[in-house]
Amino acid sequence: MTVVPSTAAATPAATPVKRRRLRFVANRKASIGLAVLGFFALLAIIGPWIAPYDPSGRSSDLLQGPSTAHWFGTTHLGQDIFSQVVVGTRSVMVVGFIAGLVATILSILVGVTSGYLAGAGSEMLSALSNVFLVLPALPLMIIITSTLPETSTLTIALVIGLTSWAWGARVLRAQTLSLRGRDYVEAARATGEKTWRIILFEILPNLTAVIASGFVGTVIFAVTLEITLAFIGVGAGGDWNWGTVLYWAQSQQALAQGAWWWFVPAGLAIALLGTALSLVNFGIDEFVSPRLRGGGKTNVKTADGRTVRMRVGFTPVLGNAEGREGS
Amino acid sequence: MSYLLKRIAFYVFTAWAAVTINFLIPRAIPGDPVQALITRSRGQMTSEAVQSLYVLFGLDKDASLVEQYFTYLGQLLRGDLGLSFTYFPSPVSQVIGDGLPWTLGLVGITTVLGFLIGTALGTGIGWRRGSWADALIPVTTFVSSIPYFWLGLIAIALLTGPDSFFPASGAYDGGLVPNPDPQFIGSVLRHGILPAFTILISSMAGWILSMRNMMVTVSSEDYVTVAHAKGLSDRRVMVGYAARNALLPNVSGFALSLGFIVGGTLLVEIVFSYPGLGLQLFQAVGAKDYPLMQGVFLIITLSVLLANFLADVAYLALDPRTRREG
Repeated sequence: MTVVPSTAAATPAATPVKRRRLRFVANRKASIGLAVLGFFALLAIIGPWIAPYDPSGRSSDLLQGPSTAHWFGTTHLGQDIFSQVVVGTRSVMVVGFIAGLVATILSILVGVTSGYLAGAGSEMLSALSNVFLVLPALPLMIIITSTLPETSTLTIALVIGLTSWAWGARVLRAQTLSLRGRDYVEAARATGEKTWRIILFEILPNLTAVIASGFVGTVIFAVTLEITLAFIGVGAGGDWNWGTVLYWAQSQQALAQGAWWWFVPAGLAIALLGTALSLVNFGIDEFVSPRLRGGGKTNVKTADGRTVRMRVGFTPVLGNAEGREGS
Repeated sequence: MSYLLKRIAFYVFTAWAAVTINFLIPRAIPGDPVQALITRSRGQMTSEAVQSLYVLFGLDKDASLVEQYFTYLGQLLRGDLGLSFTYFPSPVSQVIGDGLPWTLGLVGITTVLGFLIGTALGTGIGWRRGSWADALIPVTTFVSSIPYFWLGLIAIALLTGPDSFFPASGAYDGGLVPNPDPQFIGSVLRHGILPAFTILISSMAGWILSMRNMMVTVSSEDYVTVAHAKGLSDRRVMVGYAARNALLPNVSGFALSLGFIVGGTLLVEIVFSYPGLGLQLFQAVGAKDYPLMQGVFLIITLSVLLANFLADVAYLALDPRTRREG
C-alpha cells in the first residue's frame, strides 16, 4: 500500500489508460491517508534503529518534560518516551496488518460462500457471523487473552483477527447476494462454468472495493483493540506499543503529577493513524460511489444577487426570480 | 410479528453461544490459573464456594465434558457465578449487582444520547452538502479515531484539579451515603458530567459520518425530488422524506456497533474510576480474578443483546416493510 503514492509521484503525466489506474490516488483524502500511512509503515520498519535510546533503558532524568535530549520527555524510571513511541509503532502496525489480513480472508471465505451458496449452510454461516457481530469484542478479547498462558504480539494479532471478521463477512454476503442474480453471472452459469471459477473470476473482482474497505476498517479496529488491551494490561508481555506507554502513564499517575507529555504523544499517534486509515476508507467509498464526494462549491449567485443551491437531481433556474430559495 | 420471533430466536441462540464460549475458554486453554488461586485462599472459603468454582472452571476432572456442561448451566441458572477473589468473600453476582446500575446509567444514557445527537447533526450536514458544514467532516473523522479512554485522560488533565468543579474520579462524594436526596443526586450528576461528555463526543462522531453519507445518498432519490417539486418546505423534505429513510441503516448500524461502543465506554469508567462494570473488569484483570472477569463478560453480553433487541423493536416501528406478513 505504501508503494502507491511513490508511483503516483513518479509518473505525473501519463497516457489515459495509466491515468485511470491512478484515479484512486488522485483523490485528495485517499492520498493524504496513504502518505500518513506510509510514514507510519516506514517508522515501523526503521523505528528500532532510529530510536535515540533503548525504550526500556533507565536513566537519571526522572519524569522530565520535553527537551532537546528527550523530545517527548521521560518516565518515572527515566525512560525516553520518544523512543518508546517510535519503537512501539512496529507492534501496532504488525498487529493491525496481520489481524486485518486474517479477518479479511475469513470474511471473504464466510461472506462470499454464504452469499453465493443458498440453503441451510448459507443460513448457518450468516447466523455465525451475526453472533460474532453482537458479542462485545473487548470483554471477549479480555477473557481470551487473560486466560492464555503467554501472549506475544503475534498471538494478540491472531486472536483479534479470528474474532473480528464478522462485519466484513456480513457486508460481503449482502453484496454477493445482489451480484448472484446479475445477468453476467447467470450467463457464466449457463455456459457451464464451474462454481469456484464463477466465484473467483466473476464475483470476487466486483467485490474488490468492498474487500479493500473491509480490510482498512478491520485494521482500524485491530489497532484500537490492541492498544486498548495493552492499556488495560493484558497485552503482549515484553513488547512496546502505544498502549503500553499509556498503561504506564496511567498506572504511575502521570495525570496527577502533571506529566502530560507521557500520554499525549501516544494518543495523538493513535488518532493520526486512525484518521489516515479512515481517510483511505473514505477515498475507497468515494471512488466507488461518486455521490459521496464533497460537492465543491454548490451555492451559485444569480444575476439578480440571489443565491441558488445546486442539488443532485435538480436543475436550478438561475435567471428566474421565481427560483426556489435554497438552504 | 414473525420478524420479531426470528430476532428473539437469534438472541436466545447468541446468548447460548456466549454462555458456551464462557464454558469452553477455561477448559480449552492448558494450565489451571484458577487452581492456584483456590489453593491460596483455601481455608477461608466454604467447601460449597470451592465446589462452585470447580464447576465454573472445569477443575472437576472426574466428570465428563457433557456432564460438566449441564452442571455449569444449572449453576448459572441459579445465578451462582462463583466467588470473586478481588472482593473476597463477596459472590460475583453481588459484586456485579453493585456495579451494574452505574454502568447502565452512564453508558446507557450517553450511548442513546450520542446516537440521537449524532444522527441529528449528520442529517443537517448531509443535507447541506457542499456548504461550510462539510468542514466538520475532517474534524469528526479525527475525533472518531481517538480512543475513548485517551479523550478521558485529556479531559481529566485539562478540566479537573484541586479547585475545579469537576471531580476526577468516583461516582459520588466519598462521605455521602447512596440515598435519593438532593445532595446525593447533585453529587452523582457532578461526577457524571465529564465521563458522560467523553463518551458523547467519541460516540457521536461515528453517527455523524454515517448519517451524513446516508443523507447524501438519499437526497438524490426521486421521492425527494418529488417532495421538493410539490413545494414542501425544505425542512419538511429534510426531516420527513430524506432523514426518515436515511435513518434506517443508521438504526441497524446502532444495533450492530453497540458491542464495540460498550467496549469503549468501559474504558472511560476505568479512566474516571467510575464504579461500574468496566472498573470491576479492570480490577479483575489486574488481580487475575477469573470468576469476576467471566461474570462481567456474561452480564455485558446479555445487556448488549437486550439493547440490540430494543433497537430491533425500534427498527420495526420505523420500517413498515418489516411488519409485512409472511
